[in-house]
Amino acid sequence: MKAVLTLAVKSAWARRLTLGVTLCAIALSSALLLSVEHIRHDARQSFAQSVSGVDLVVGARSGSVQLMLYAVFHSGNATHNIRWESYRNIADNPAVAWAVPLSLGDSHRGFPVLGTTPDYFTHLHYGDGQALVFAAGQPFSEVFEVVLGSAVANELAYRIGDTITLNHGLGEAAALAEHGDKPFRIIGVLKPTGTPADRTLHVSLEAISALHLDWSGGAPLAGLSIPAEHVRKFDLQAKEVTALMLGLKQRTDVFRLQRQINTYRGEALLAVMPGVALDELWQTLGMVEDALLAISALVVAVGLAGLMATLLASLNERRRELSILRALGASPLDLFLMLTAEGLLLTALGELLGCTLLAAAALFLAPFLQAQFGIVLQWRALTANEWFLLAAILATGLLASLVPAWRAWRMSLADGLTPRN
Amino acid sequence: MNNNAITIKELRFRWPRQAHPCLDIPALSIAVGEHVFLHGPSGSGKSTLLGLLGGVALPERGRIELLGHDLTAMSARARDRLRADSIGFLFQQFNLLPWLSALDNVLLPCTFSARRRARSRPNGNPRDEVDEATRLLTHLDLAPAHWRKPAAELSVGQQQRVAAARALIGRPEILIADEPTSALDAPRQQIFVDLLLREAASAGATLLFVSHDERLAAHFGRKLALAEINCLAPGEAS
Repeated sequence: MKAVLTLAVKSAWARRLTLGVTLCAIALSSALLLSVEHIRHDARQSFAQSVSGVDLVVGARSGSVQLMLYAVFHSGNATHNIRWESYRNIADNPAVAWAVPLSLGDSHRGFPVLGTTPDYFTHLHYGDGQALVFAAGQPFSEVFEVVLGSAVANELAYRIGDTITLNHGLGEAAALAEHGDKPFRIIGVLKPTGTPADRTLHVSLEAISALHLDWSGGAPLAGLSIPAEHVRKFDLQAKEVTALMLGLKQRTDVFRLQRQINTYRGEALLAVMPGVALDELWQTLGMVEDALLAISALVVAVGLAGLMATLLASLNERRRELSILRALGASPLDLFLMLTAEGLLLTALGELLGCTLLAAAALFLAPFLQAQFGIVLQWRALTANEWFLLAAILATGLLASLVPAWRAWRMSLADGLTPRN
Repeated sequence: MNNNAITIKELRFRWPRQAHPCLDIPALSIAVGEHVFLHGPSGSGKSTLLGLLGGVALPERGRIELLGHDLTAMSARARDRLRADSIGFLFQQFNLLPWLSALDNVLLPCTFSARRRARSRPNGNPRDEVDEATRLLTHLDLAPAHWRKPAAELSVGQQQRVAAARALIGRPEILIADEPTSALDAPRQQIFVDLLLREAASAGATLLFVSHDERLAAHFGRKLALAEINCLAPGEAS
């Protein structure tokens, strides 16, 4: 037995060129499958941790997925806003520890602008409850001051003290409607978080009001222009906000408060628990990930089919080798095991190489992948799911080797001591 | 039981899906230590007989005894073990695993058979095994320069001498050689046969030498023709 396995290794080494190609195919395909699962897991993780420490997100009544999209990811538009007095009512509820209003709708070169209060920076957490940290500067305190997310500052090469202008609306249309007369000074830049905060510009609620003093219904009022230096003479108290984030004194109150807000008399509101809603949102996005995983699994299957083809093809040239071993006393079972061992060994080596590739990519290519493709590949231990995938590849490799092994068995029985051609 | 290395009684063999049997041998005995030349042209059922003696095929009926063991009554596993322990095979050509060195090829039987391993290590020292292999290679006139070369790099004549050393290592009781000289040029054929006879004699092994070339029979103690011991006409044999 041991003798046969040693010979299997030596024989494989003699065919290292062909087997090397097969090994590469297995390594690359398992690296692909593993990295898709790896990225999928991490994406889900960071997605689920886009907000933390927030007990309820409140917006005008619509769907919870839509509310999440605009309130957390600052993507898409709210159908309605929340009246200021509703916000005050909710904030004054004795169960509420803090309430941070969010006002959305403006943008800067494709990045969303968020109007909020300085409390936002202390209460909004992400990941395992990490707070937002300033890489430079401080929160806004004046009307025309803006705090940038790390990606905004990086991609547009902005620095503290630079002056920028905001645009009305989001996307293409925003380019046409500029709040050009009211420039903002960059007062702070946040550290990277891996959350939507990275791609957001933060201003005060008053700034949002100031920008729209001389606007009505999404367009500048004809003949009315209020210069920036005069806006402070006006009442900049916001009349509406887009969404609220709430923290509760006791988390056990969350269902009661959620029901109260959902049945609020003043206007139609919706309160959702971010964890639950993010899960729901992920499920709608998850299909793409599933498709990617399925394609990668197929690529692995192709790699292992290659293994089977290589082993089968090698049998013809090894026919003599098999009958020599047979004459020396090897049983057909020995030869069966020899072929199985070869296939299993190749699969295991391929997986090992694939893991090494993944680790190397995570260690050395991560910055490039993130910059070029926006893929976050981080170095970490394998999850149970990834171990399961590795085991599944190995099992499939074993199955693929059984076919040539069975053929070797049959051949050795038919040939006896002298190969027949 | 008796002093025979090989005993065949009432043997009949037919390949699967063939109407006629190709071997029908009423009786054949080869005594321990005998050197037998078996004349058989190709297509006379020679390979089939060797397969039966090696225990990789079983007869339709009859008995084959090797050193007193009835092959037809043994399990396939036991026949494989007996073959590994007691028979040294030597074929026409391509006897060696091309990716192993000459020396490693000679040592192969010691990895398959504990008995032959033990016999090539009289003092129980693994080093002895290699000494025994090099002793055999030296006796068979293979220069030390070739010992560590991959078998594929040796000439056909050298390969056959390595194969002979492999058949002899661990002193198996029976040596079976199937046309071992047919790939060699004429002058070297007789030299090889004499070398083989000498080594078989010094190991005390029974030698069954099968060939179509009767000129090589000169130095054998006993000569047989497969056509004589096989009752079937050559034309009927596969």
